[in-house]
Amino acid sequence: MEENRNEAGSGEAKKPLIVCQNVDFGYENYDVVVGVSMTVEEGDYVCIVGENGSGKSTLMKGLLGLLKPTGGSLTVAEELKKTGIGYLPQQTAAQRDFPATVQEVVLSGCLSRRGALPFYSRKEKAIARENMEKTGIYQIKDHCYRELSGGQQQRVLIARALCATSRLLILDEPITGLDPSAIQDLYAMLKQLNREGVAILMVSHDIRNVVSEASKILHLKREVLFYGTVQEYKKSAVGKEFLGGDS
Amino acid sequence: MGVLAEMFSYPFLVRAFVGGVLVSLCASLLGVSLVLKRYSMIGDGLSHVSFGALSIALAMGWSPLPVSIPVVVLAAFFLLRITENGKMKSDAAIAMISASALAIGIIVTSMTTGMTTDVSSYMFGSILAMSREDVILSGALSVIVLGLFVICYNKIFAVTFDENFARATGVRVGLYNILIAILTAVTIVLGMRMMGAMLISSLIIFPALTSMRIFKSFRGVVLSSGILSIVCFAIGMMGSYCFSTPAGASIVVVNLAAFLLFFAWQACVKKM
Repeated sequence: MEENRNEAGSGEAKKPLIVCQNVDFGYENYDVVVGVSMTVEEGDYVCIVGENGSGKSTLMKGLLGLLKPTGGSLTVAEELKKTGIGYLPQQTAAQRDFPATVQEVVLSGCLSRRGALPFYSRKEKAIARENMEKTGIYQIKDHCYRELSGGQQQRVLIARALCATSRLLILDEPITGLDPSAIQDLYAMLKQLNREGVAILMVSHDIRNVVSEASKILHLKREVLFYGTVQEYKKSAVGKEFLGGDS
Repeated sequence: MGVLAEMFSYPFLVRAFVGGVLVSLCASLLGVSLVLKRYSMIGDGLSHVSFGALSIALAMGWSPLPVSIPVVVLAAFFLLRITENGKMKSDAAIAMISASALAIGIIVTSMTTGMTTDVSSYMFGSILAMSREDVILSGALSVIVLGLFVICYNKIFAVTFDENFARATGVRVGLYNILIAILTAVTIVLGMRMMGAMLISSLIIFPALTSMRIFKSFRGVVLSSGILSIVCFAIGMMGSYCFSTPAGASIVVVNLAAFLLFFAWQACVKKM
């Protein structure tokens, strides 16, 4: 944790974590997203917005490496290739009654550090503990995941993602199904993590909150309509229309 | 214990017992993953395909295992693909495939040998069905399944809990899914002749469902399923010996009793 803060705050040139140059993503012979050029740097807080069916999820799957780009070039930083990306997927129905303790779920984030070795070592358990403390779930580590509230479950999944890497978190519609106070909690925690040097990339519908939280916006509609800082977005034609139509 | 000693004086019962314990153990471990991933229907579908394959093998005079194992493994691949792609409603597709396999099996049998005892034992199971060869195969299978669960325990947890996350952190999810499907297929073929095509899927589903009533950790559920499956099998076999009931059905009833017991326990704990 200390290390991250030092590196992020040291004022050196930011290292790019993900670089897209004119990338297309799609299935078989149809490209859902075309010509995306963007860079996610250390300490960024990027939000991908757009209407349903605009290709947000496809772009995210592509960035995660779950889909191969059909065109252009996608470069992922070496350290992320090794550990994988901290990913917070949408919850599936099967997870809601899954018998697993908080600790088991968080530890599974350390999997990519294990390589071929079968069991978790003390070092991984320490990482898991640190991340559980950071997200405020250490005292419920032996509770069953399915008995937690939506907000607590989300914290568990964030802790798990942080176990994979403390560089970049990718979140897919994280506020779905959360009540308003849990949503505010989540944003507060993301902001705190971001200050500690974790880059955040989020796909969200929640445009009004996003504008006050994120530092960069990517507006997608099959191609990139806008990519830049929030301030620029608020002034742009696309942003004005989207924000105006929403409120 | 007296009953057990008496049972073990019959070599065929010893074979049935050893083979059955091993198959139950494999089925229950694989079942944890299948049930939690909502793939329970795959077990049921495979047992029907297995029945079809066995009846064809029987009609043609081929030896049953070398024919049915590859067929059922292929079917496992296919069912997994249907479930993963989600193009067709997967539960409906599996129901369709199992009914078709059963129908083909029945037609082939009635055209050739007629409903012999062999076929009826495939449907409802027979403790006479465990040959030496089957026991050895069951032993090999359990070594593989136990090895997989010990060595790849954490990966199996990750793949079962959250495929997408596992994939993003570099776990070869497809490989594990296929491995589990193949092992399930082999387990079903081996256990089917003893438990019966109609009953074998209960060995996969019951222990996991029962354990999930009480245990809150994945580790607890896995361990409890393994132990429960062996205990239920032993009690079922002894019951079947004492009361001369069919072995497969007795084991299923014991599993049901265990489920109800755990269910009641869960209800009591919740109220307190």
